[in-house]
Amino acid sequence: MREISFSQAIVEATAEEMRRDPTVCVWGLDIGPYGGAFGCTRGLYEEFGPERVIDMPISELGYVGMGVGAAATGLRPVVELQFSDWITLPSDTLINQASKMRYMFGGVLSVPMVLRAPVGGYLAAAGQHSNSFESMFAHIPGLKVVLPSTPYDAKGLLKSAIRDNNTVLFFEHKKLYETKGPVPEEEYTIPIGKADIKRPGTDVTIVAYAFMVRKSLAAAEQLAQEGISVEVVDLRTVSPLDEEAILTSVKKTQRLVIVQETWRRCSVGAEVAAIVAEQALDYLDAPVVRVTAKDVPIPFSPVLENYVLPQEADIIAAVRRVLRA
Amino acid sequence: MEIPRETLVLMLELMLKIRHFELRVKDLFAAGEIPGFVHLYLGQEAVAAGVCATLNKDDYITSTHRGHGHIIAKGADVKYMMAELYGKATGYNKGKGGSQHIAWPGLGILGANGIVSGGIPIATGAAMSAKLRKSGQVAVAFFGDGASNEGAFHESLNLAAVFDLPVVYVCENNLYGVGTRQTRVRKVENVADRAAAYGMPGQTVDGNDVLAVYRAAREAVDRARAGAGPTLIECQTYRWRTHFEGEPDTYRPPEEVEAWMRREPIAPYRQYLIEQGILSTREAEEIEQHVIVQVNDAVEFARNSPFPAPETALEDLWA
Repeated sequence: MREISFSQAIVEATAEEMRRDPTVCVWGLDIGPYGGAFGCTRGLYEEFGPERVIDMPISELGYVGMGVGAAATGLRPVVELQFSDWITLPSDTLINQASKMRYMFGGVLSVPMVLRAPVGGYLAAAGQHSNSFESMFAHIPGLKVVLPSTPYDAKGLLKSAIRDNNTVLFFEHKKLYETKGPVPEEEYTIPIGKADIKRPGTDVTIVAYAFMVRKSLAAAEQLAQEGISVEVVDLRTVSPLDEEAILTSVKKTQRLVIVQETWRRCSVGAEVAAIVAEQALDYLDAPVVRVTAKDVPIPFSPVLENYVLPQEADIIAAVRRVLRA
Repeated sequence: MEIPRETLVLMLELMLKIRHFELRVKDLFAAGEIPGFVHLYLGQEAVAAGVCATLNKDDYITSTHRGHGHIIAKGADVKYMMAELYGKATGYNKGKGGSQHIAWPGLGILGANGIVSGGIPIATGAAMSAKLRKSGQVAVAFFGDGASNEGAFHESLNLAAVFDLPVVYVCENNLYGVGTRQTRVRKVENVADRAAAYGMPGQTVDGNDVLAVYRAAREAVDRARAGAGPTLIECQTYRWRTHFEGEPDTYRPPEEVEAWMRREPIAPYRQYLIEQGILSTREAEEIEQHVIVQVNDAVEFARNSPFPAPETALEDLWA
């Protein structure tokens, strides 16, 4: 199978959906002839023109809010934020408008908008260009939150997100954009809300998502050399959460390590641990271990950043800990 | 500007319907029949009626916390509105929204909104949608003087101007943002002056003169529909009541309230229509009696409607 990059997968998914459905349009900062800060809209302006590929001023509250209004009135806007860190600026339009409009209005309308935004650290980009805010938005009823880890998943999930009649936040890790992987030429989609076992194993379950899936797979590979069999469950979607996939794997391995790049407190990992505690505590042979960022802003200096963010060695240590217990 | 007779009569009917609806809501709220909070539109009727009389059924509006007037003027049935205020299953939004969150896309009503300025980007996006779909629709964002100090206002006006969007921004300047007088929190004299900063026309009109509102809106809506871009209209008006019902009026001089109540929009307009021979006194009376009956029926409908089953609280989240 041919291999393409994660960012090419995003472009392909968007272009295919734009060809399929004339109501799909794209807007954001530098997404026209510039092609997007991370190349995720390259070629779209040339193919679909300025009516459907619209360069916006730096007005996140304004143009994300416009996405909400356009989605409620017959378009399927795919809105790009250049960095997800700035999602705080249009947060009212997501938290108080998009997520609630269908419910609060008794189901009389829907808001089929996709907000795409790069997340994550390990780039010495410091406190305002390294955030992963998925936990905050996974907390909000009415928003779907997707974080793919491979080009294949990115393409299939983005196509589903664009076709979804709800608002979907689609977070793309910056360290993944240039990674390559097999992506078939033919049409496919991946359902939102379904986890994927990226590596089967029997001794320990690692639940991870986004860039942490790669780190977990690397850790699993290293542990395999010592005869430790790690199963890596890629959540792919943190809201809705695939509880069944988590529980099935934990019941099999009876040990759980949760790996996430974002902060520990009130996070996706906390939710996963709570679900396992509520529904599968009797199966566990060891306490759940979480590998997360430390609860401070992401610092600039690589020495500091690497100390704050989860590393492969932390994952290996966590697996050893649940096996020792 | 020639205004068709049926439009002139419609504006009177809409204003009267809003007036009687709000007077009833005031009493029903005081009597404890309506839960929560209500923000009444009394005194501002000419703005909603004058603007919505220029709109087609499929044109869009976004509204505010003080939204009953806009929703009535856009064509809503007061029965389903009243039921929504009562939290009943028969309300427009099944009792999930209430006074501040009524929406009905079939009439282009994209929602009243509890967030000050919350509707402005949404109307702007609806206008972008209309433009890209080449549907010929126009969007109107209603908001208050308070919202004109929000970032959403400034970003949206710039965006609408840049893209020549078919949208009209209608600021209802009732002098107070909750309890703060606007002159204490805005340096420029008129909200409409801000239009210049975004390269769009801005106009300040007497918001208690329904004909002045209609003319300004007609021009702006026609302009928008023709693809010539957005307009900011500031309607100077006044709310008779406090920000929400039950709030003590500690911040407005009583003589100011009385002066504005003397300048109320409906009676002079009704007199004008009679003097112009557009309506007889009896016809005007019949219109008023008709809306009173509608409002009475709406109250009975709301009272007799069932509450939603509690477990329906879990429905309608996902599309």
